[in-house]
Amino acid sequence: MTRRLEEEYVQILRDYLNSQEEDELYGAQKLGKWLLLKDISPEELVDLHSRALESVEEVPEFVRASFRMLTEVMIEYGNAHRSLQSWRNKHAQLQSEVEIASAMQQSLLPQTIPTYPGVEIGVVSIAANGMSGDYYDFMHFSGHRFSLTIGDITGKGIPAAMCMSMLKYAVDSLGEIQLGPNQMLRHLNRVVERNIDPSMFVTMLFGCYDTNHHCFRYAVAGHEPGFLYRAREGKFYDLEGRGIALGISADSTYVEHEVALQTGDVLILLTDGVTESKKGRSYLVREDLVGFLQNEVDKPAQLMADEIYRRLMMLAQFEQRDDYTMIVLRRT
Amino acid sequence: MVVAASNPETIRIERENDIVTARHIGRNMSKELGFGAIMQSRIATSISELARNIFLYAGSGTITIAIVEREGKKGLQITAIDEGPGIPDIRKALEDGYTTSGALGAGLPGVQRMMDCFDIESAPGKGTRVDVIKWFEQ
Repeated sequence: MTRRLEEEYVQILRDYLNSQEEDELYGAQKLGKWLLLKDISPEELVDLHSRALESVEEVPEFVRASFRMLTEVMIEYGNAHRSLQSWRNKHAQLQSEVEIASAMQQSLLPQTIPTYPGVEIGVVSIAANGMSGDYYDFMHFSGHRFSLTIGDITGKGIPAAMCMSMLKYAVDSLGEIQLGPNQMLRHLNRVVERNIDPSMFVTMLFGCYDTNHHCFRYAVAGHEPGFLYRAREGKFYDLEGRGIALGISADSTYVEHEVALQTGDVLILLTDGVTESKKGRSYLVREDLVGFLQNEVDKPAQLMADEIYRRLMMLAQFEQRDDYTMIVLRRT
Repeated sequence: MVVAASNPETIRIERENDIVTARHIGRNMSKELGFGAIMQSRIATSISELARNIFLYAGSGTITIAIVEREGKKGLQITAIDEGPGIPDIRKALEDGYTTSGALGAGLPGVQRMMDCFDIESAPGKGTRVDVIKWFEQ
């Protein structure tokens, strides 16, 4: 501790003992902030105070002895103070590691939304906190086809994100051989089942869209059902398909479904972060969501996805509890 | 190299009262060496923690306190030795707890931060030896 600090402390103490005014106490409070900034520990402060007292006036022995006791007690507070410091450093380090990991993870998701003839696509995918357990991807296939994947890993944060990167590599390499949707899920199930903790699993919808015939062939593994909007009727239908989530049983098989899109029809794929978002204190129900979709269905795909996210966040008072992904695909 | 600059004092730790004896001897030796009030208290607290660990986890052991010298600099060295169960995971024992434990002893991270040198050897079933030094800065 510096001599100047000691002198200053003596001065404030002397002034206060003389005047006992509030402004001296205000000075003391400001000094407290400064002492903390200088990392002066509690026991050092107690010691500083007892020495300052000595230089202001004759101190009776029992007061002196009582300060020795107080110093002794303060050592433990000092230990807590020092350990807080090391927690802070550790926290900052962890924080920056999470930021790097989350940037790495972002690079696993499509950087731009692809364009294909005759369709228009919009996507909103936002993590609840930094790292996401949601996954989506597009891959170009031969013969006027592209694939569309949307998945949700149970849990969120770092474990979900680690699982998601594994999933991304598996989808990528299986995508190379352009498997049909049911085969794709069957193979992914095997990868997930063998490689992730039994307490985790993944729900997924994998589909192939043919831009010549405008049909969408897909298979579902326990994933939140999407919607199909029929423009001519102006109505929303649940996308059919259930299936067992990936990673639950080694030999799950999956059923393929097919829908044909007419001009203006819209496919909406989502994760449960969308359907399980909050509406004030209660939860949103699927009917509420259909109402919102109905309101926005005439907008361009990206605008529609953006608007729905904005609307749901407002309803939830901007508290996003789960990773959120919505893909909107319209036949133009 | 660290060399002894005085006759070391060894205190057997078997009862809780022995912790007090060790603290007392340590405080007197640190006063003798010239340490100020805070450092005396920190040294006494470190001795307490080491002795309490012996008392709580090993049942018995020794605390040795010595004034040592290295390159003209003096310091106080405290060595805690026991033949108790040992520490299975030293890294964990040196991590700051989520709570301010205190109640059950341990307190090794606190000791490590209060002292300048901190050396620990321990193996399951082979006991524990902790060696710490606080150097006296003029």
